[in-house]
Amino acid sequence: MTIDLYWWLFVSALLFSLGVYGAISRRNAIGILMSVELILNAVNINFVAFWRYTAPGDVAGQMFALTVIAIAAAEAAVGMAIVIAVYRRTRTVAVEELDILKN
Amino acid sequence: MPDLSTVVLADLVPLELIVFIFFTLCTLLGGAGVVFSRTLFHSALSLILSLFGVAGYYALLSAGFLAVVQLMVYVGAIAILILFAIMFSRSNNQPEKGQANHQWWISLPVTAVLFLILMFVIGSVEWPVSDVAPPDDMVEQLGMAFLGSYLIPFQVIGVLLSVALIGGVILARDRVDTEEM
Repeated sequence: MTIDLYWWLFVSALLFSLGVYGAISRRNAIGILMSVELILNAVNINFVAFWRYTAPGDVAGQMFALTVIAIAAAEAAVGMAIVIAVYRRTRTVAVEELDILKN
Repeated sequence: MPDLSTVVLADLVPLELIVFIFFTLCTLLGGAGVVFSRTLFHSALSLILSLFGVAGYYALLSAGFLAVVQLMVYVGAIAILILFAIMFSRSNNQPEKGQANHQWWISLPVTAVLFLILMFVIGSVEWPVSDVAPPDDMVEQLGMAFLGSYLIPFQVIGVLLSVALIGGVILARDRVDTEEM
C-alpha cells in the first residue's frame, strides 16, 4: 500500500480537531451538530484505516464503522428535532441565548 | 461491472496517491468550510463535500460497502435533514454577528494543542501493519456477522433507530393542542 497508515491518521486527527473547534466555538446549535458529524467521521476514518492496515481479514473494523454511522443517523434525527422544537418555543437556535433551564 | 474497491486499489502507484490527495482536499476543505463559514447554509454544503470525501476514503481503503452506506446515509439523509433544519429554523438571519461565539479565541489554541498531542501520540507508536489483502466476499461476511456474532448489536441498533424515529416525530411535532409557554 503506497499510502502510509500515518497519513490516514493525520487526516483523521486534523478533521477531528476541526470538529472539536467547531463544536466549542459555534454560536448556532445546528453548527454544533454539524461539527459533531465531522468528529464522528474522523473516528470512522480511523476505524476503517486501522481495519485495512492491521486486521483486514476481520469484519470488526467495518462493523464498528457501520454502528457509528447508524448511531450518528439517530443522533442527527433527534438533534434536529430538538433544534426545531427549541426554535419553535424560543425563536432562536443560538446556544448562548438558550438559558431557559437556568432559573 | 467491476468491483470499485479492486479498481481503485490497483497497482497503479501514482493513481492511488492522486485519488488520496483529491479526497483529502475534499474532506479537509469541506471540514474547514463547516467550521469557518459565516453562513450556515454554506456550512451545510461544505459538510456534504466533506462527507463525500470520507466516502471516497472508504472506497480507497477497499471498504466499498461502507462507501455506499456513507453516501446513502450521510450525504443522502443526514445532509438533507440538516439543510431542512436550517431552512425551518431561519437560523442564518443574522450573518453579520458571525457564527463564532465569544470564546473562539481560546478554543483555537486549545484545539491546536489537542491536534499536536494527537500527532505526537500517533507518531510515537509503531503500528503493526499487515500486508494481508482484504477478502473478496466482504459484504457477504458482513451480512453473516450481522446475523451471527453481532446479532445483539444489530437488534439494539434497530431498536435505537425506531426510538429515534418516534422521538424525532414527537419532538418536532407542531403542538397546537397544548398550551404555549
